[in-house]
Formats: sequence, C-alpha cells, structure tokens
Amino acid sequence: MKKISGNKLLVKALREEGVDTIFGYPGACTIDISDELYKQDYTKVILPRQEIALVHEADAYARSTGKTGVCLVTSGPGATNLVTGLATAYYDSVPLVCFTGQVARHLIGNDAFQEVDIVGITRSITKYGVVVKRREDLGRIVKEAFYIARSGRPGPVLIDLPKDVMAELGSPEYPTEVNIRGYRPSTGVHIGQLKRALKMLAKAKRPLFLVGGGVNIARANEVFTELADKTQVPVVTTVMGRGAISTKHPLYIGNLGMHGAYACNMAVNECDLLFSIGTRFNDRITGKLHSFAPRAQIVHIDIDTAAISKNVQVDVPIVADAKEAIEKMLEYVEEYHTGKWLEQIEEWQKEHPLAMKKKPIMTPQDVITAINEMFEECILVTDVGQHQMFTAQFAEITEKKRLLMSGGLGTMGYGLPGAIGAKIGNPDTTVISVSGDGGMQMNIQELATAVLEELPIISCIFNNNNLGMVRQWQKLFYGKRYSMTCLRSGAACRGKCGEVECPKYTPDFVKLAESYGAKGIRVTKKEEIRPAFEEAKKSTKTPTVIEFEIDPEDLVYPMIQPGGTLEDMIIDS
Amino acid sequence: MNSMKKRWLSLYVENQDGVLSKISGLFSGKSYNIDSLTVGTTEDPTISRMTIATVSDDETFEQIKKQLNRLVEVIKVIDFTNIFVRMKEIMYIKVQKCTPEDKVECFQIAETFKAKVIDYGKDSLLLEFVQTATKNDAVVKLMKEEFKVIEVVRGGSVGIESISMMER
Repeated sequence: MKKISGNKLLVKALREEGVDTIFGYPGACTIDISDELYKQDYTKVILPRQEIALVHEADAYARSTGKTGVCLVTSGPGATNLVTGLATAYYDSVPLVCFTGQVARHLIGNDAFQEVDIVGITRSITKYGVVVKRREDLGRIVKEAFYIARSGRPGPVLIDLPKDVMAELGSPEYPTEVNIRGYRPSTGVHIGQLKRALKMLAKAKRPLFLVGGGVNIARANEVFTELADKTQVPVVTTVMGRGAISTKHPLYIGNLGMHGAYACNMAVNECDLLFSIGTRFNDRITGKLHSFAPRAQIVHIDIDTAAISKNVQVDVPIVADAKEAIEKMLEYVEEYHTGKWLEQIEEWQKEHPLAMKKKPIMTPQDVITAINEMFEECILVTDVGQHQMFTAQFAEITEKKRLLMSGGLGTMGYGLPGAIGAKIGNPDTTVISVSGDGGMQMNIQELATAVLEELPIISCIFNNNNLGMVRQWQKLFYGKRYSMTCLRSGAACRGKCGEVECPKYTPDFVKLAESYGAKGIRVTKKEEIRPAFEEAKKSTKTPTVIEFEIDPEDLVYPMIQPGGTLEDMIIDS
Repeated sequence: MNSMKKRWLSLYVENQDGVLSKISGLFSGKSYNIDSLTVGTTEDPTISRMTIATVSDDETFEQIKKQLNRLVEVIKVIDFTNIFVRMKEIMYIKVQKCTPEDKVECFQIAETFKAKVIDYGKDSLLLEFVQTATKNDAVVKLMKEEFKVIEVVRGGSVGIESISMMER
C-alpha cells in the first residue's frame, strides 16, 4: 500500500465523513493541510475573517443542518480564538470537530512561536480533546472525534495536529469503525422507569410538559407534537426548546424562566407533575431552586446522566434520547382529562398576556411581528441580549421556522456569523439574524464573508445605542446608574453625562454595510418595517443589513430577578 | 442524610497524556474537593487506576460519579462507599532534633502502630507507616504533639475491592 502524509489522510477522512463544508483560517502550522484542500473539490472551504466568528459559523451550520460542523485553524492565536465558540457549542450541545495546528513535536513545550497548549486550555469546554502524537493514531483519532462529537449528548471535540506528525508518511487507511472502551452513549429506554413516569402522568391533575433544547437536537419535534396532541397535556419550553412544538399550537403556553410568560411560570408553580424532556434546569429557568415547581413531582428524560438531578432533584429519572423516549411513550399514552387545568392556564394568559405596550413609535415587537407575518419559512438567528429575549418571546417558531441562539453561554457576537453558517447549510431557506448594536459590532467583519459567499441573509440590528440588557438591570436594580452600557459615551462626555451633548453614534451601519458591498437600510418608523423586509426579500445574492432605531426604554418583561422567585416577578413598568 | 463526609472512588482510566489533568481539572473546575488522589498503571499498561478520596455531601458525590463517568477517558468508576475494600496509605515521617528519649519513644510508637524504622541518624529517625489514612491522620496528630520537628510525606490511599465471601 502506498504511504501518504497525515495531511492527505486528514483530507481523505473529511471526505469519508461526508464533510462537504469546512470553516478554516490558515497559518504556518496548517499550511500543508490548506495545500491538500486546494487539490480536491469535495470539501468546500469557507474563509471567515476571524476565528472567533469562524466557530460560530460552523456551530450554526451544525445546528441548522444536523451535520457536524468542522473547523480548521492554525496553532497559537488561531487556536485560542476558538475558546469562546467552543464553550458556546459545548453549553448548547452542538457537534463540532475542530482541528488546530500545532508546532512540531520537538518544539512542544519550548514556548515556540505560535505554540499554545490548546488541549489544556479547552479541556473543560470540549467533550473531548487530544493531541495526535503519532502518525499511526491519526486515522483512528479523527474517526473517534466525529463519533464522539455527534453521539450521545453532542458536543465539540478538538484535535491538535503537530505539523511534523501531519507531514509524516503512513497508512492511507481510514478506519470504518470505532471502539472506545470508556465511551458508550446510552441507547434504548428503560421501560420500567418510563411506565412509572407514565403512571404518574395518568394520575396527575395538573400535568405539564417542560421541553428543552434536547428535543430540538434530537429532531423530535414531530413526535413530540404528536405526544402533546394525544395526551392533551400543556407545554412550556425553555428558550432553547422553543419550536419543539409549534408556537401556534393550542397546547403551547410559551417560555418559562427569567423572561418567561406569566402563564408559563404560574403553570410551573401550580402543576402537580412536571414532565421534563431534554433540559438541564439552568438557573435562568428555575430561579431560586427551592421554590421551583414546589407542588410538582418531577420526571426528567435526558440523554446525559449527569444532567439529571444536577440542579433539581427529580422523582423519576430516565436516561434516553428524547426522540426514542417520546416514540416509546406514544405506544402507551392516552388522552388525559386536562380540560380544567387548560382553562386555568388560559385565565392566566388573559390576566397577563405576553405583549409589549403599544406605542406610536416602533417597538421590537412590531419588527418581530412583521417577520412572523412576512416570512413563511425561515431560520431566525439571534445574538444575545434584549433583542434575543424579544425574539424568544414573540417569534413564531413552527415546522417551517426555526430559531438558533447561544442559549447556555450567552455569547454576544453569535448573531451575524450564526446567520452565515445557517445560510451556508440551508441555501434555499431565508435566514434572518436579529442582533443588538452591541453584539453586531462584535463580529461585524463577517459582512465580508457574507458578501463574498453571496449569501442573501437579512441581518437586523435593533439599535438602541446601548448595551440594553445590562442597562435594563441598571434601570431596575441599580438606581439608573448606567455604568459602561452607553455605546455613545466617550471622552467628550466622561463624567459629564446629561450636562453635555451626547457624542454622535458610531458606526453608521448603513454606510458600513454598503462599504462591505451589502445593502443597508435604516428603519426609523413603523411604516418602514415592511418595505424594508420587502426590499431585502428581493435580494438573491447580497446580504441586507436593516438597522431599526429602538427606544432604549423598551424593556423585556416580565422579569424575575436573578435567583428570585415567582413573587418577585415584574410584570411591567 | 445530606452529610459532608469522606468518600472513596476507584477509577479505571486510559493511560494517556492529559488524563490526570482532565480528572483533576474536573474537580477544580466544578469546585469538588479532592482529599487525595493516587494513580498508577495496572496489569494492562494501557489502563491506569486511580483512587480518589473526596469530602462531599450525597448530592455532590452523585454528581462527581456521573461527571467522571461521562469523560471519554474514564473506563469505569467504582464507588468504595458501600463495598468491602482493602485500602492503605503509605506515609513517611522523619523525626528531627531527637533526644535519646525521643528515639526510644519513636521505637515504641513504631511498635504500637506496626510501623518500621527504616533509617537512623545522629539525632533523627525515619519511620514508615502502611495503614489506613485515618490511622495515619491520628499518628501525625500524635507525633506533632510529641516531637519538636517532624516532616511528613503521604502517598494517598490506594484501594482494591476485597475478595468476596463467595470466592473465599
């Protein structure tokens, strides 16, 4: 058998794994891999402008397609720029395989040029990470990486590739099977436990489904909807679980948690059985733990054993893939008598419906309503902050509309690269990003990628001139001391806020978009919202940036203070 | 029920670079306590075995086991809490600035605790203890009170499951 270099084997492996797209940024330690990629035409290489955005693009590509996202970056700074994106993917269980260049083995540990211990740096934010120390291990390690990334609870895997290992000639074989003795993801469902849970469901007077991102990851939306229909049990979701069932479905109440709808949090508070699937009971949904679902027995289905009873003690734990478990449940469940309970929930919804105050000027809800009404099919990607919560509250997510966001880590700057990754993975679907003016500026350089890749994404900026979510906390809990949150502040007004004229906002997003070769539209009034989206819809190859002028006094309500309870809920100002 | 107490785990792990760091990093990153951790290879050179002592409450201990189980490099986790195990720790104590009376006392202590005097100097002695960590704790406490200058090195507990009644 003819021996080949590690670089060649890696590119062959990508093909064997069906990787048609990778996101890469070159450097000295990976130049030989770039060279091998040049010689083939199976795997398309996207060149973002920054590795930080690069991972988000691979991440959104993976979330929106169900495939594994693949990154290739160089050693040192190329590798350290992955950190935030890896943590983002880790917290939201996104399958990624990231290849990092590394200096040659004899230089490792010498503080060589562009050398960092990236496996060490990322140990706690990757599902698995390894340095390939021997050429003969390369094929096996890459095979294992893809398997680990996408099986069980998915997550990012990092493989560090020393330059000399990759140059070495060795076997051209890429393994077809993996066998990792310490890694056996759970399969199947424990029927005994499931029946116990279903018995509780049958007995419950006020049962409630709580659905997290796990249901979306398992692509269990259809079967879950069937389950809800069949049982007539109402549903609340986490923001990551939004879309597990159409938000228009009559049994869907909304999101729970810090900015959850009143009716949702009341339902969690009053239910006698909380049947949860694919959530890890993050503090943003539970608030103060001992007052979370105080009247309920809790069933918890999760693929990750460690997610069970981590934050909330559960009565019936079931370790299983969400889809498998739901499919099994469908064999046993029947319609339960939830009529009275549903009426009660409806009353709460009427008492405090989820809606922003109507104002003559444009509100975030107006923009999202326009998106709901004007697009039949789309992928919505948000950044992090107030706009994210507005989107999570008001965006319709149905069979044809999906929502992506950095839920667990809350990474600002995710929106634009996220839209790019989603569009690359779904060229026939409209992709809309919603960002704040803060988050937009964290990865604005990616407009270049979007323009050159000819991606007609629609990038919405909710510009309130402020870092709005932090400002909201300052307004509500810090005596309106707006420290570090005004994006117009600078030398001219330091220490003189309110006394001198505010400096002019920068950048001019419309001009900036145009300078990148994208379309730029500024929307200042309600009437301009729809025409702007109409204009954006016409574009087939060019991204459109739409800047919406938003009032910084528009706050996200309701709100439960961090660590608070239902009694602390602020309905509105 | 929710008591903080000392517990022991035994782990089979891949004998690879970075595994120790991954395990200890998990403990520090998640604020779990490590009382002691020992590691060495097994009869299979690709597998190492660790004995970890930790002070934790019931819930945290459950989490520790689950989190360890989830690591790709961890092959098996055994909870030593409720099974019969053989567990010992090696400990050296050097006693310095000894008077002749001190030396006599050292030998008495050695005899009582089944320790060995393994080295002997003009005014110093070196003792070797192989016993449970709890007994070693007691010896350290005693010797600190009895002698002016002592130097202690402990190996951490290593443990193995006992042979069951059926096999005996």
